[in-house]
Amino acid sequence: MHRRHDTLRLCALATAALLALGPGGAAAAPPERVVSINLCTDLLAMRVAAPGQLVSVSFLAQDPAHSPVARAARRFPGNKGSAEEVLGFRPELVVAGAYSARESVAMLRRLGYRVEVFPLVDGFDGIRAQLRRMGTVLEQQPRAEAIIAAFDSALRSASPPPTTRARPLAITYGPNGFIEGVGTLGHDILTASGLENLATRLGRPGYTQLPLELLLLAEPDLVILPEPPAFPARAYEITHHPALQRANLRAFRFSENVRGCDGANLTDAVAELAAAARELRQ
Amino acid sequence: MRPTGFPLPVFLLLGSTTLVLFVLSLLVGPSGIPPLPALQALLSTDPGPYALVMQEIRLPRAILGTLVGASLGLAGAVLQGLLRNPLAEPGLIGVSASASLGAAIAIYSGLSLAFPLALPALALAGAAVAGGLILTIAAGMGSGRGAGLVVILAGIAISSLAGALLSLVLNFAPNPYAALEIVYWLLGSLADRSMVHVATAAPFILVGWIMLLPLARSLDLLTLGEDAAAALGVRLARVRLLAIVGTAACVGGATAVSGAIGFVGLVVPHLLRPLVGSRPGTLLPASALGGAVLVLAADIAVRILSPERDLKLGVVTALIGAPFFLRLLLHARRTA
Repeated sequence: MHRRHDTLRLCALATAALLALGPGGAAAAPPERVVSINLCTDLLAMRVAAPGQLVSVSFLAQDPAHSPVARAARRFPGNKGSAEEVLGFRPELVVAGAYSARESVAMLRRLGYRVEVFPLVDGFDGIRAQLRRMGTVLEQQPRAEAIIAAFDSALRSASPPPTTRARPLAITYGPNGFIEGVGTLGHDILTASGLENLATRLGRPGYTQLPLELLLLAEPDLVILPEPPAFPARAYEITHHPALQRANLRAFRFSENVRGCDGANLTDAVAELAAAARELRQ
Repeated sequence: MRPTGFPLPVFLLLGSTTLVLFVLSLLVGPSGIPPLPALQALLSTDPGPYALVMQEIRLPRAILGTLVGASLGLAGAVLQGLLRNPLAEPGLIGVSASASLGAAIAIYSGLSLAFPLALPALALAGAAVAGGLILTIAAGMGSGRGAGLVVILAGIAISSLAGALLSLVLNFAPNPYAALEIVYWLLGSLADRSMVHVATAAPFILVGWIMLLPLARSLDLLTLGEDAAAALGVRLARVRLLAIVGTAACVGGATAVSGAIGFVGLVVPHLLRPLVGSRPGTLLPASALGGAVLVLAADIAVRILSPERDLKLGVVTALIGAPFFLRLLLHARRTA
């Protein structure tokens, strides 16, 4: 009887040891030669990866019009996301976004490469989740946690204290008249800065198009407009419509590109917007 | 043919319909402002939200609907009279698409940011090139059998080429939104136009009208044939030049701020021709009013059908005009 118990215990220990040393074990090495083919994953990877781990980022990360870290990104060779280019880097891991060209991702997987797809960021929780996942995927969990902790602490100091007074009404108004409701980064930035999101009041979650007439009739106190683009397109015309200029509202623009999904400039953005909100209350 | 006097009742009807539709256009929109407060807000100096919406959004849209519609109707009547071709109109013969191409080049190259006048000017240039090409082809074809269809085919070819080049310009434009904006340029829209757009387009449109309306008498005389008309004092070269430049100015100006809206210049002259006694001259001002009626009605329709999304004007005019065009084409083939 005792012998059977001992055998069982030995088997259990052996299995546990095998599991610990297997693919999911903590002894796995960080993937070298990581290629990122999406702007979002570029920014995440650039922050979380150890030096030398990342070998290529997408060309969008190197474009100052889209990326807050364009200069740093130019240290890496750029790629346009095609499978052919990616193969040239002989990657161990490819990180892509949910909307990266599906054919390219499918081809890379067919050829046996490991591709991790990151979904769209849907707010501050999304940023924390993305950072954490990038940390797991790159085997750099401590770095990712440190970044998240720094982000949270900076956010706490940038946000105004909660108040029972009525918050000013605000909304983001982007190209083609798109607004950001619950479940978007814009919404979280707005509410963290002590403002109320008009999109929520209108019952519109996510990204929706709002006719200019409806925005004006709602009489928001502040409208967050996009930076004038580096190159023109008709989509931006509505954001400098004369009606918005004549209206009795504060037109606000962030001083830097703040939509990076690594959360890098976000806390500065919240601080800027919170300052504008404070001025409105006076 | 019994000579008909000036058909005053027709013009009174067209004029009053235009006015009614203009006011209706002011009253339609996603924000549902009741009619009386809306009209009061239009004239108010107090910058409340109603006044803003009425003065800065609804008013320019109604004005542009009138200006653009009248220009397209007028240009259609002139082209049909000059080419003596029932299928001619700025959209079908490539003038609108070429104007869109010129306008797109002005916008996506950044030129119109530096020089706002570049937008209508380049649209005019595009329209003039297409118009000049068509008139040259028409002059060379004479009036033999099948000449009319050849001119229309040439126009469709120019329109296709302009559309293809437009696609190219938009796909090479650095801004990622540009590629999707081809729908606006080829189908047209008056959504969220401002008084700035009115100020940009109006001078060119009015100059175009000033050049085209006086051609009425010459077009009447041209129905007698080119030789007879020349004997009666019509200088054909001058008429052609005024027609090209005038069409280019008003269609170019209109397209620069509304995109290419098709079929207005085709449908309106045909519908009104029986009512004005088939005189090409009288048809000019009638088609201008008729064009305004059609575009204003279409613009009201798109806002009722799809209040929050921007349904393109060209969709409605194409739904009316394309079947009309096919019917005309089959009829023209049978009588050719």
